[in-house]
Amino acid sequence: MALTPILTAHWDEPDSHTIEGYRRHGGYDMVPVTLGVHPDDVIAFVKESGLRGRGGAGFPTGMKWGFVPQNTGRPNYLVVNADESEPGACKDIPLMLANPHALVEGCIHAAYAIRANYAFIYVRGEVPHAIRRVAAAVREAEAAGFLGTDILGSGWDLTIVVHSGAGAYICGEETALLDSLEGRRGQPRLKPPFPAVAGLYGGPTVINNVETIANLPTIVRNGPEWFKQFGTEKSPGFKLFAVSGHVERPGIYEAPLGTTMRELLEYAGGVRAGHELKFWVPGGSSVPMLTPEHLDVPLTYEDMAGAGTMLGTGSPMVFDETTSVVRAISRWMHFYKHESCGKCTPCREGTFWLEQMLERFEHGTAEEADIETVDEICEQIAGRSFCALGDAAATPYAPALKYFREEFLAGTHTAASELFDPVASTVFAGAAAR
Amino acid sequence: MTVTSSGPSSPATQTVDGVTMSVDGVDVTVPKGTLVIRAAEQLGVAVPRFCDHPLLEPVAACRMCLVEIEGQPKPQPACAVTVAEGMKVKTQVTSDVALKAQQGVMEFLLINHPLDCPICDKGGECPLQNQAMANGRGESRFDGVKRTFPKPINVSAQILLDRERCVSCARCTRFAEQIAGDAFISLQERGAKQQVNISSDQPFDSYFSGNTVQICPVGALTSAKYRFRARPFDLISTPTVCEHCASGCGLRTDVRRSAVLRRQAWDVPEVNEEWNCDKGRFAFGYQVEGRLEHPLVRDDEGNLVTASWPEAISIAADGLRAAGAGAAVLTGGRLTLEDSYAYAKFARAVLGTDDIDFRARPASAEETAFLAALVAGRPVGPTYSDLESAPVVVLAGLDAEDESPMVFLRLRKGARTRGVRVFSVAPFASSGVSKVQGCVLPAVPGDEAAVLDALADEASAHGDAAEAARLLCEPGAIVLVGERLAQSPGALSAAARLAAATGARLGWVPRRAGERGALDAGALTGLLPGGRPLGSDAARAQAAEVWGVDVAALPAEPGRDLESVVAALHDDAAAVAAADDPSAVERAVRALVVAGVEASDLADPAGFLAALEAAPFVVSLEQRHSDVTQRAHVVLPVAAVAERFGTFVDWEGRPREFSQVFPAAHSLSDARVLSMIATQLGSTAFAPDVATQREELAAFGSWDGERAEAPSVAGAEPVAVGHGEAVLATWRQLLDHGLLQEGDPFLGATARTAVARLSPSTADSLGVADGADVTVSTDVGSLTLPLVVTAMPDGVVWLPANSDGSTPRASLGAGHGDVVRISGGAA
Amino acid sequence: MALTEQTRADAVDLAGRYPQSRSALLPMLHLVQSAEGQVTPDGIALCADVVGLTTAEVAAVATFYTMYKRHKVGRYHVGVCTNTMCAVLGGDAIWAALSERLGVGQDEVTADGSISLERIECQAACTHAPVMTANWEFLDDMDVPRALEVVDKLKAGEEVFSTRGPRIGTFEEIERLLAGFDDGLAQEGGKDDHMLAGLSYAKQNGMTAPEPPAESPLKPSTTEG
Repeated sequence: MALTPILTAHWDEPDSHTIEGYRRHGGYDMVPVTLGVHPDDVIAFVKESGLRGRGGAGFPTGMKWGFVPQNTGRPNYLVVNADESEPGACKDIPLMLANPHALVEGCIHAAYAIRANYAFIYVRGEVPHAIRRVAAAVREAEAAGFLGTDILGSGWDLTIVVHSGAGAYICGEETALLDSLEGRRGQPRLKPPFPAVAGLYGGPTVINNVETIANLPTIVRNGPEWFKQFGTEKSPGFKLFAVSGHVERPGIYEAPLGTTMRELLEYAGGVRAGHELKFWVPGGSSVPMLTPEHLDVPLTYEDMAGAGTMLGTGSPMVFDETTSVVRAISRWMHFYKHESCGKCTPCREGTFWLEQMLERFEHGTAEEADIETVDEICEQIAGRSFCALGDAAATPYAPALKYFREEFLAGTHTAASELFDPVASTVFAGAAAR
Repeated sequence: MTVTSSGPSSPATQTVDGVTMSVDGVDVTVPKGTLVIRAAEQLGVAVPRFCDHPLLEPVAACRMCLVEIEGQPKPQPACAVTVAEGMKVKTQVTSDVALKAQQGVMEFLLINHPLDCPICDKGGECPLQNQAMANGRGESRFDGVKRTFPKPINVSAQILLDRERCVSCARCTRFAEQIAGDAFISLQERGAKQQVNISSDQPFDSYFSGNTVQICPVGALTSAKYRFRARPFDLISTPTVCEHCASGCGLRTDVRRSAVLRRQAWDVPEVNEEWNCDKGRFAFGYQVEGRLEHPLVRDDEGNLVTASWPEAISIAADGLRAAGAGAAVLTGGRLTLEDSYAYAKFARAVLGTDDIDFRARPASAEETAFLAALVAGRPVGPTYSDLESAPVVVLAGLDAEDESPMVFLRLRKGARTRGVRVFSVAPFASSGVSKVQGCVLPAVPGDEAAVLDALADEASAHGDAAEAARLLCEPGAIVLVGERLAQSPGALSAAARLAAATGARLGWVPRRAGERGALDAGALTGLLPGGRPLGSDAARAQAAEVWGVDVAALPAEPGRDLESVVAALHDDAAAVAAADDPSAVERAVRALVVAGVEASDLADPAGFLAALEAAPFVVSLEQRHSDVTQRAHVVLPVAAVAERFGTFVDWEGRPREFSQVFPAAHSLSDARVLSMIATQLGSTAFAPDVATQREELAAFGSWDGERAEAPSVAGAEPVAVGHGEAVLATWRQLLDHGLLQEGDPFLGATARTAVARLSPSTADSLGVADGADVTVSTDVGSLTLPLVVTAMPDGVVWLPANSDGSTPRASLGAGHGDVVRISGGAA
Repeated sequence: MALTEQTRADAVDLAGRYPQSRSALLPMLHLVQSAEGQVTPDGIALCADVVGLTTAEVAAVATFYTMYKRHKVGRYHVGVCTNTMCAVLGGDAIWAALSERLGVGQDEVTADGSISLERIECQAACTHAPVMTANWEFLDDMDVPRALEVVDKLKAGEEVFSTRGPRIGTFEEIERLLAGFDDGLAQEGGKDDHMLAGLSYAKQNGMTAPEPPAESPLKPSTTEG
């Protein structure tokens, strides 16, 4: 395998984020082509490509679009989930900074396919510069006639609204995002009805991730066959992998699905010098961690599932031997407690409890029985909470315990900071030592 | 279930598909769309729940009701999953998965619960406590730091919130938003900090706030009225019916040692569902404060002194005997059907008079005719459920939220869930109109007849009126009229014409609990029980038979209403003074029997009190000391609603029987007291007991004989107001200075602040800005209130009729439709 | 700063950008926060009035999202990511150093009102860990000395540039941007080595994506209808 810069191909050009920079490489050229075919043809095209959602769940995009009923008497809507907040995930924000027009053009293809005249890009509020860039791209596209009324004389209208969130991880959950976009507390909705049937304002709604939408101009231009030459049958295409942590060159690596972590580590210069890999998390904190023995498992939806985890957002976090796994899990637990929306009991109360329990291990004040209690608390959350946030909170502990039980046992008598010098794991550890 | 009627396309034809599924291995067939938790209930399987409430939209938030459904990988919330054919559900009864899930949720719910049951009002009737015992594990493993809050918060003067007890089920906030439309409480903060709260500038002053206390499945919401007063297991509960308005709410009255401590809404699906208003819930202090405990009579100096029952009854009988047929009977809205019947019978069969009127409020001869023709003794309907499914409901002279809160709630439900269109013939869109997404058909007081007449003709109506007119012709359309229309000449005639022209059904929604019963019982001049015209020979013969009297002894000519009786008393005084009017003797009122009449409710309070003073003899049957008892010659104490059996007939015409909650010594119903007087007067056929009274009413049965024509009174010419003048619009707020709200300060503190309303241009013409003082005055006096600039007709000023700082009747001597002066600033 | 007629006009403008005005509530809360430096009861009342909700309904929303502050924050609201990745890579140390230097803890403001401090959750910049923000603009690849330098400069009123964005504006300015009113700074900064890491590696190692087909296979189908 090799890196395949496609979405990222021109990020090194200073004006890659402008419409000029984007059009220089054929950007928006496909808009008139799309507007000249039947919307169902676009849906069929995307279905044929096998594109799967890049937000984490990996649901086939074309199939999602196919669920949208037509002529319900209510408008259809496209909503872009740009609420990238999963710990570890950091690929959509760079994309919006460097290549926002791919997102805007993708919205045009997607909205046309699902017969929406309104698209909303819900960007988390804590990234003002990404918001500037996307909003600027929308204005440029409007000025160029790719948005607005009667686009390119097609008779079709599209308005894109760039919408800022205000600080809530849960709004990455698509129905919570819809409630938030409607000006409510971002708490998930009961399903059914699913958003495809009754979403924003009760209208049929497609919610896609930024990267998913940004893939569309390429798929529309190059076709399903071209797209499917990357990846596997079940995981076609390419992906922005955001490799972070204890590696020499953390960053964005665009590669086909099916690339292995070993390859990504190689591109990223390997685990930082003088250290070795302890554990890695392939798709954000909400998926189970893996160890060095999993380095050759292809990064596909199906292979990750086979290894007992998930591809998730495709943002591998790499931790070396200086890291306390107890501290890592404890901090994630704090995060889930902080971000639990409060709607359902298992997540609201379970994360409240788990945070306290994990702190005990981190402080070395746990009792041995707490190891099982925490496991049972996780079991009492998983599969019983209202949405996936609760499941996510219940996820990290069990694999951590499986691979590093001795660290939890040590948490019954010794603080994590004594076992693992926190300074040693910092990026500036060497500088301090020097 | 299949209901068929005229044709296949008729809306009355509906087929409800049955779905057969199983719960814990037992098959059950339920209607399509039924939730699993309801299906389980059908089989007697109680799946534990907190957030679930049958009248609220499902949220599946608490996760207490998780059950196993075959084919589903994860346990599912029974409160949110609808049944499917062949679905196999296993509850905690047969499934370890479900049991374990429920036990886990219960453990979570308790980790942050204070477990302060011994000092919690809910202890003993607490779903959390009960389900923790039934569906939880014995011991909690949580030994960490609990979430705590400073306690408690007053979300209103009446409602208190102990946040640490809350389980975030959101029943209260969903009730406030969905049912009441008063989203003054909300879930705030996030995650483990999530809590119910108000906004700092707006307390939870909803007319329906008390329902949240009742549906709270823990002890988080309590009322100032009941907090720390009792343990549920010390209470004796009795189903009762509310006496505060004509909604007819079923209540549960809780008593400890002959004292009412609490009232809650009873589940009466066809009437109040599971809700009631705060007045019905919290206003019962009046049954204790200011009560008359003994009969009173005048001593030689004219002072009221305590007397024995036999002595007082004897004096009352003597006075009435002396008056002969010159007695008149004036009753008020508190009376039960049986009591009103007793007064109706007492007047005709014992006193021989038809001078009787139950309307202790402004009324009119037009209203008398309207009620006789279209309401009295008519069968039940339109009903609450008719409101819920009507294509349109036109309210005329009726602010449902203030005057009949359950009508309001049902309209809101219909508007929210079935798109019922509501139009209100009123000067402006009150909050009660806004919350039913209603549309105002603007009417200057006095102009209601014209507005209603315009609806009868779709072709000539325009705008919203055209839409209302069109919808009124659809099957199921309803027109509801309120008591205020009696003050607008021609309005009731117009309403009758409108119903006749469009086919809409007509409902009369009086404000007081006893009015419809009094009307049906014949406590109105010209009417015998069941809507029988007094003038009908057949009707009088029937009455004579039921009452066991000679038909010749019954009055045959219609008598006088309250206004005429009062006028006659003034005339008599004048005649006596002048001593030159021989006919005065003929029409003289020589005695009054007064029950439940408050002078301040009448069009002319001072005139009424003067008439009482002019009356030769006054017998007052009353619960509490009043302006009337002070002027009476004999005062006979009667039972409050909790102390007696009875029936209120609600606005639908539905009899709502209720039981005695506790027997109180020396507490007799009006009917019982009347029977004692009747006996003293030599009448032998006067039943003292409710059962016989009901039998007699049943013996009358329905009346299908002749009836008077509906009135056709012409509307008044629009009143011309000059600069600095306005037509007064006024009606009572639900919570105000009503006498039955005395003794309940927490409730009173949640009443709406009195304001004056003017249109923008009328406000401009006075130079008064929103929020500034505006003064409304007459030659009698003035009232100064803060202005709320409101979209309404020019030249109209609205004031609440009986609120703190706004008592136009007493202060201005003015009522709905009268011209008053308006000016900026204080008087 | 205070709520003005202009604030109200802007709020009405926001309400008009959506098919249903309530959707403008989050931007509107950013707007009133930009006007007052926090979400006050007055700001909530303004939003409630424009959108047609009760103040309790608006408060329900305002208290749900962490970016809405119910106390005055500093002119520069500084965030230190202490989620796992950033914490492990140095965020905890940075937090401790800043807290000591500024003499303030979580959600506290320096006495001069210049800086407030918040432990923040994942900023979607793990490749740039440890990450800080000032008024939510990225300050990537931090270490203790640089973090201290940043706050010292901000405190002194000197200009500080985001590592991937413009010069850092005031809290009020950024909140106005988030409300939906552009500040004309979109062309500033925006990229760095981490974002280009894969592209650089590919170019250095001659890796490219396969050539696209000469023309798009997307053609009008016969199912036109």
